[in-house]
This record gives sequence, structure tokens and C-alpha cells, in this order.
Amino acid sequence: MTQHRKDGILLAVATGVVGVTFGVLADSAGLTIAQGAFMSAFVFTGASQFAAVSVISSGGTIAAALGGALVLAARNTLYGPAVRAMLPNRLLPRLGAAQFVIDETTAMATAQPDRHSGRDAFWVTSIALWTLWQVGTLVGMLAGRSIADPSAYGLDAAFPAAFIALIVPHLRRVEGRIAAAVGGLAALIAIPFTPAGVPILIAAVGVVAGSARRPVQ
Amino acid sequence: MTWTALAVLAVGAYGFKALGVVGDSTPSRDRLASLIPAALFAGLIVVLTVETDGQLAFDARLAGAAAAGLAAWRRASFIVVVLAAMVATMALRAVA
Repeated sequence: MTQHRKDGILLAVATGVVGVTFGVLADSAGLTIAQGAFMSAFVFTGASQFAAVSVISSGGTIAAALGGALVLAARNTLYGPAVRAMLPNRLLPRLGAAQFVIDETTAMATAQPDRHSGRDAFWVTSIALWTLWQVGTLVGMLAGRSIADPSAYGLDAAFPAAFIALIVPHLRRVEGRIAAAVGGLAALIAIPFTPAGVPILIAAVGVVAGSARRPVQ
Repeated sequence: MTWTALAVLAVGAYGFKALGVVGDSTPSRDRLASLIPAALFAGLIVVLTVETDGQLAFDARLAGAAAAGLAAWRRASFIVVVLAAMVATMALRAVA
């Protein structure tokens, strides 16, 4: 099996474990198994799902849950152009593929050296991750509260590490390094002042900063 | 949570994803788009590493990110980078 397929499946397995914690939280927030399964299948963007059920379980309103979750989902719009060249060219299949455009699949696809392996990485990661996200959600909802906190296994450190590994190819060019430095700093500054999800949108100023530099050719 | 709310969330989340893929691929757009992963994943790494409940919180995750950064810089494989972060974070939590 090619390396990017192995890596994509590994990332999917880790996400599946996080899916278990999502299932536990969804269960404690009072969602039925059908509702939890629907959310993981069709909303399918982890941070938004966690935000929505957290608000509900802490007694917040539906409007607050939806608002917070949708702000977190907004960044997926910005991932579209980054994976656009690896998606089907015809509109209808492309709109189908859009359901899988999230943090993990975009990172895995864009970290590959060429369009062909990027496309393969996108699909392998998408299918494995979507499937294991459903399995994890179901396991968590059925097992209920008997499962320990994921931070006990250092799993909360696994995700930033995965993105650190996958950002490396983007730092080869100076423009990429500028974009990352400015984006990371902007997000850091924004954290205490903006709602969840907004710091990552603000990180997009890094794109402007990186592109302001004339390409060396 | 009601089914109506879930449906709104599903449609909204998909709408954001779909909005990003409708444009055509052109060289100038792709050049700009090629910087999106660097900028956004840097932001995501920062948030995942130092944010807790909307505030800055510097804890054992930083050791994990440092270990991952070092491993990635030494060109370690994906799984080694991830495991290095998990081990460093767990080790610091065990002693702290």
C-alpha cells in the first residue's frame, strides 16, 4: 500500500476514536442514536458536531448551538479552492465530493507531491474517515459514559501533530512559510477575542501576506 | 436536539463545503489557493495546541507540538510525528 494511503487510514482510525467521544457526548446531550448517526453522516465536520452537542448538553439554546456549529463549519468553504484541482471536473460529482472537504481530507490531499496522489489521498482518507466516524459515533452512543477522556491517551495531542506533519510540504516555498507564520500568529491573537472557529478564518490573512511576495521563477 | 435543527445544521454545513468547490480552476486562483493550507493549517495547529474553551491555555499539548515539530523537521514519517506528540504529552502529564 502506498504511503499516503497508510497515512490517510491512520488519520481515519484516530478520527474514529474521537468519533467515540463524540458519540458519548451526543448521548449525554440527549440525542437519540438515529440523531447522532444522522449528524455524523450528514453534518460530517467534527468541530461543529462537538460544538453543537456541547451547547445542548450545557443547557444552551438550539440557536446558540446552530450558530456556533455553523461558524466552525465556515472554514470548509476555504478548503474548497485548495482541493478544487483534485476534485472531479464535472459539477455534479464535484458537489458530491464536497461533502468530504474537511480539515483532515484537505490536509492529507494537499500534502501530496502531485495532483494524482493528492486525489488518491483525498478519496482514501475521505472514505476511511467517513466510515470510521460513523462507527465511532455508534460505539460511543451505545457505550455511553463508561469510556474515559481521550486526553488520558494523549489523543488531544495527536491531531495538532497530524497537521504539523501535513503542513511541512507547504513550507518548502517562502510564500508558504510567510502564509503559515502570519496565519498562525493571527489565529493566536484572535483566540481570546473571537468565538470558536473565527481564529481559523482569520488565519486566512496569511494567504494575502504570502501572495504579496512576488513569486521567484 | 430537534430533527429540524439537525436538518438545518446538515444543510448549512454542506452549503459551506459546496460553496468552496463551485468555482472553476484557473492558474491565478490556484496560485492563491495553494497558500490556503499553509495559512489555515497553521491557524488550526495553533488553536488545537493552545486553545481551551475560547481562551489561551498553555499546557502539555505544547510539549506534544514541540515533539511533533522536531520529528517533522527531522523528516520522520507521519505516524512517528503523531506518536512523538502523544508520547511527549503523556510523559509530561505523568510527571507534572
